[in-house]
This record gives sequence, C-alpha cells and structure tokens, in this order.
Amino acid sequence: MFFPISNSHINPVYLVVVGFVIGILGGFFGVGGSFIAGPALRLMGVDWNYAVGTDLAHIVGKSIVAARKHRSLGNVDLKLGLIMAVGTIGGAEGGAQLIQALKRAGNVNSVVSWVAIVVYVGISVFMLWESHKTLKLHKGRSRQTVKAGGSKADHSAFGPVTKRIQGTKIWPMISLPTSGIQISLWIILAIAVVGGFFGGFLGGGAGYIRMPSMVYVLGVPTHLAVGTDLFEIIISASYGTFTHAIKGNVDILIALVMHTGAVIGAQIGVVATQYFAGPKIRLAFVPLPLIGAAIVIYTLVTGHKL
Amino acid sequence: MKRDAAKSLRAFAAELAIYAVLVTGYFFLVLHVLGGWLFRLETQHRLLYAFIAILLIAGQAVLLDAIATLLFRLVRGRSR
Repeated sequence: MFFPISNSHINPVYLVVVGFVIGILGGFFGVGGSFIAGPALRLMGVDWNYAVGTDLAHIVGKSIVAARKHRSLGNVDLKLGLIMAVGTIGGAEGGAQLIQALKRAGNVNSVVSWVAIVVYVGISVFMLWESHKTLKLHKGRSRQTVKAGGSKADHSAFGPVTKRIQGTKIWPMISLPTSGIQISLWIILAIAVVGGFFGGFLGGGAGYIRMPSMVYVLGVPTHLAVGTDLFEIIISASYGTFTHAIKGNVDILIALVMHTGAVIGAQIGVVATQYFAGPKIRLAFVPLPLIGAAIVIYTLVTGHKL
Repeated sequence: MKRDAAKSLRAFAAELAIYAVLVTGYFFLVLHVLGGWLFRLETQHRLLYAFIAILLIAGQAVLLDAIATLLFRLVRGRSR
C-alpha cells in the first residue's frame, strides 16, 4: 500500500500487526510503545521524522481506547492525570530545547544514546530489585488478593520511602481520593516535568518513566498508575502530534492503519491487568526498557540507524 | 475449565475474523477516499491538517472501540 504523505510503500498487514503488539503492551503497562513503533516504521523505510511524528499520532488513538477501558474498570485518576499533563507538556518542551542545543553543539546522537542506555537500564534494574523483593516479602498474599478480587491492593518494597515523600507537606496539598493519597502539588508536577523532559529528550510518551514514578514516588497503586498514565498520554501525545504535524512529520494514514490493530491489542492488554497483582505487573515491565536499551546499543555499536 | 477456555478462544477468534473483514473494508473505502485529500491538505494547509489528523485518530479510536466492544458482547453472548 502506498502512503503518499511520507512517500513510502508498506504492507498494511505489517502495520496492523505492529499496532496489535504495541496495543497489548500499552493496555497492560500503560506505555506508548515508541521504542518498538519507531524502529518498526524505520525498518520499512519511513524517514525518522515521520516515524517519530506518526508514532505519536498512533499513540493518541491507542491510548484513547486503553484509557476508556481502564476507566470502565475504575483505573483512571482524572484529577491526577490532568495535573500531570500540564507538567508533562512543560517538561517535553524543555527536553526538545536541550536536543536543539545539543544539535548545535554537534554531539546530539552520542549524548542521547548514552543517557537513554543509563535511564533504561537503571529503571529495569530498580524495578527488578523492587518487584522481586516485594513478591518475596508478600509471598502467597498476592495470589490470595487476586483470587479475592482485590488485585488492585498494592504492596511495594519501596513503600517506606514513598510514605516519607507523601509526608512532605509543601503547600498546596492535593487530595486524590481515587488513588487514595494526599500529596503536594509540587511533587506531582516535578514527576510530570521529569517524565515530559525525558519524553522530549529521548522521544515517545515516556510512559517507561512516568508509570514507575507514579507507583514509587507518588504511591499510586499500579493498576491506577497504568490507567492514569494512559489518560495523561492522550493529552501530551495529542500536543506532540499537533506540533509534529505542523512541522510536516506526521503521516496520519499510516497511524490510522496501525491503530486498527492497536484497538484489539489494547483491549486484550487492559483485560489482562485484571489477572495480575501490582508487583507482578511491575516485574513483567522490566524487559521493556531493556529492549529500548538494546536497540540503542545496537545502533551505537553497528552505526546503523534502525 | 478447559471447555470455558476453548469457548472463550473460539469467541475471540470469531470476533477477530469479523473485525478483520470490517477493517479490510475500512481500508479500501475510507483510506482510498481520504488519501488524496489528506495528501493535498498536508502539503497546502499544514495547520488544518494538524487539526484534522488529531480529529481523525481520536474519532477512529472511539468508533473502532465501540465496534470492538459491540462485537465482543455479541459474540460472547452467543457463545454462552
């Protein structure tokens, strides 16, 4: 099938399958899946600028489906998502500005690659340690809670640190009844700005940073973090799609085709979260940033741009 | 338990098959009609294209989600 906007020939079945796989990951983990979608489009000969912009457009559609489904299961904290969207957009602009500065300095590729490797591996190692320790501490309990229909009850080995962060009383304090926490607005905004910054700097929706941050720093239960992250991604990815479309980086026809597969994948991913307790979802999340790190290492070592 | 799983799998396969037929029709009807128009819009009116792009992907998300959910209910309802 010919896509005139990006001037590329791609088999639509390939796009639907890629969308389906990313849809499952998005529905289950609350991530945009840009670390797979970008290289997958690039592999078909789509230019990088179109791969990045088109991926963002596809993320908007997929997140709408997954967030709607999560909302029907009570997994979305709208108030938290809206506050975070403001910080994410601000942070994304900061990340994009830093990219521009590095471009001018002439070392953007190596700096972004090394930062990406450190961030991705750091997240994976930390989540592996935390979820493994939590599962060990609460052995047997998670299975009981899932069986009792209480899979949303969450435990974390990082809990004491989270409690201390929640105890930091900096005005104004925001009450989030859906997530069952009360926390300073500035802490929420800081998390959102950091997530947005890495989204603007490393590309994509940065769900691989925001979802763990919501769990470990804010103390949001994992299921709610996944649903709220998806809701937040709708807003921030829409903004990203709009700015990229104005710059001529979005082939909406490719995004529409990819999205037909993502609709089914996202539904499967969301339903699957109901069968796993929080620490198991976090443990299953561990390989995702590692895939991103492996792709970056591959491009560094071989010099190929996937 | 095994019979339930087999039933669910059959229902899901039926849902996928119906969805695939609908989506194939959608490719040929909607994308062929919209393709040329969107291409012209992208080259001549970028700002309008940016708005239309977001509206299209959001509209498709709501529409396909509704269709998938309806299919899910219909097929599951019949398999019981």
